[in-house]
Amino acid sequence: MNMKGKAWKFGDSISTDHISPGRYFHLRTNLPELTKHTLEDAREEYVKNVKAGDIVVAGKNFGMGSSREHAAIMIKMSGASAVVAKSFARIFYRNAINIGLPAIICNTDKITDGDQLSIDLKAGRLLDETKGFELTFAPIPKAMIKILSEGGLVPYIKKYGDLKL
Amino acid sequence: MRLKVGKHIMDKTMSEKILSRKVGKNVSAGEIIVTDVDYMFAHDASGPLTIEQLKTMGMKPAYPHKTIIIIDHAVPSPNKTISNNQYQLQRWARGTGSRFSESGEGICHQVLAEDYASPGQIILGTDSHTVTAGALAAFGTGMGATDVAVAIGLGKTWLMVPETIKIKLDGGLPTGVYAKDAILTFIGHLSTEGATYKAIEFTGSTISNMRLDERLTLSNMAVEAGAKVGLISSDEITKKYLESRGRGELFQKITPDEDAEYAETLEFDASKIEPTIAFPDNVDNIKTVSEAAGTEIQEIFIGSCTNGRIQDLQIAAEILKGKKINTNTKLIVTPASREILLLAVQDGTLQTLIESGASVTPPGCGVCFGALGGVPSDGERILTTSNRNFKGRTGNPLAGTYLASPATAAATAIHGEISDPREAL
Repeated sequence: MNMKGKAWKFGDSISTDHISPGRYFHLRTNLPELTKHTLEDAREEYVKNVKAGDIVVAGKNFGMGSSREHAAIMIKMSGASAVVAKSFARIFYRNAINIGLPAIICNTDKITDGDQLSIDLKAGRLLDETKGFELTFAPIPKAMIKILSEGGLVPYIKKYGDLKL
Repeated sequence: MRLKVGKHIMDKTMSEKILSRKVGKNVSAGEIIVTDVDYMFAHDASGPLTIEQLKTMGMKPAYPHKTIIIIDHAVPSPNKTISNNQYQLQRWARGTGSRFSESGEGICHQVLAEDYASPGQIILGTDSHTVTAGALAAFGTGMGATDVAVAIGLGKTWLMVPETIKIKLDGGLPTGVYAKDAILTFIGHLSTEGATYKAIEFTGSTISNMRLDERLTLSNMAVEAGAKVGLISSDEITKKYLESRGRGELFQKITPDEDAEYAETLEFDASKIEPTIAFPDNVDNIKTVSEAAGTEIQEIFIGSCTNGRIQDLQIAAEILKGKKINTNTKLIVTPASREILLLAVQDGTLQTLIESGASVTPPGCGVCFGALGGVPSDGERILTTSNRNFKGRTGNPLAGTYLASPATAAATAIHGEISDPREAL
């Protein structure tokens, strides 16, 4: 799995409230409308300008807080092809994999907003084409790569009918 | 003495013990397991997506009597979209024979504590504060809608057995200092990611002597340090609570083994803990109330799964009795369940709070998550007894959210600025 796109840089501690504000609760059964508010309380311009394939890049503890899976879904539906962060909150990480959004852990300090990135998920490599450096990252855990390679947990269960990790 | 058999350490943490019993073999931190689940629940904020995922997979509840739908987030429903969603959830629950907790019965975590959670169980909910059940020695953990949908469909889930951080609290908490101040202090030390992927065990003499409602407050906020679960050993206090709830037969004693291996141990002296407050926009942005005293506050919320229990309301009433809230503040009180609401009516707690100037709203998540009433205006500061204060949490990204105990909230309501409850008691 390879991804290519522009970096959208965020800081540390981006919570699910930043990504999917609770005040849009009533839109949770209307995902296209809800997606118009993706990351609104972190960077309002993100959702207006994000292009298909772009990559969300953040610091520590991305996705902390609520278990709302809508946060991961909104990032995926907004067009982002992956999230790269120094670390992830536990529930967000699981949610991202379950809905087929690659969540990659590596040191993002040297990546700046707007850098052109390409990611080779299997090889565990991220290339910053703008700056010309490469980062390696730990492979996604085996149990989760099985889920991710089926496109998420729903297609995985439809195929295998059970958890066979 | 630690017995080692190959790589297996026989002395277990509470997580290792609960999960080992569940899967019928010795498992230790780092292992991935597939385990049966005792209760799976979804509420009205994540329930519609959970049901949709189940339908996409062509699944129904494997165990309807272990599946619970709880309407608590938008109570009472503010618009037709939410009403229709809640109605669909009710229809689905009735149609599948699942359990159903109607709007107004209470916040899911309080409902679980009152009617379901027991030591040794595994409980999954579509809500991060499912960790609250850890106060009853149940392995409660929050997951997303898809994970919970799969658990409902299969009756099981997969987990990595977590490493554990031990938090030891010894001695007596001073007057005016509560479990809420202790957990905010712990999170200040750990940070909001200090326990990510890990379990927390709360232990020590303070915890052994602590009332169950305060234990629920501790476990509830374990997730604010990133934890997967926040466990407390079951003991006589747990047993008495379960008996009072009519499920004494489900009591079992679960404690960690003496030589269990911990990732980290933090020790605190309860007598040194002060009234504590989290400043915007992060739960680990901790100050003591004395440091923060004088900060003007325009709105106060007493409620939530963290601090909406009868004792919380009674503490606030004790401070507010015969007094009026400051004319520059609003006070909203939301009992965490219908049963708590009724108790607070019967013992006069609500009368005291209402006479002081409080508005009382029906049991539910209320002001906590910014979708239903009590939204602060631009630039306002809201002090709440709930668990999160991220930007926009209470519905307005231009307002600031502060977290504290019900006692600090009540003292603050009287003065219209952050005030020390020790001076009000």
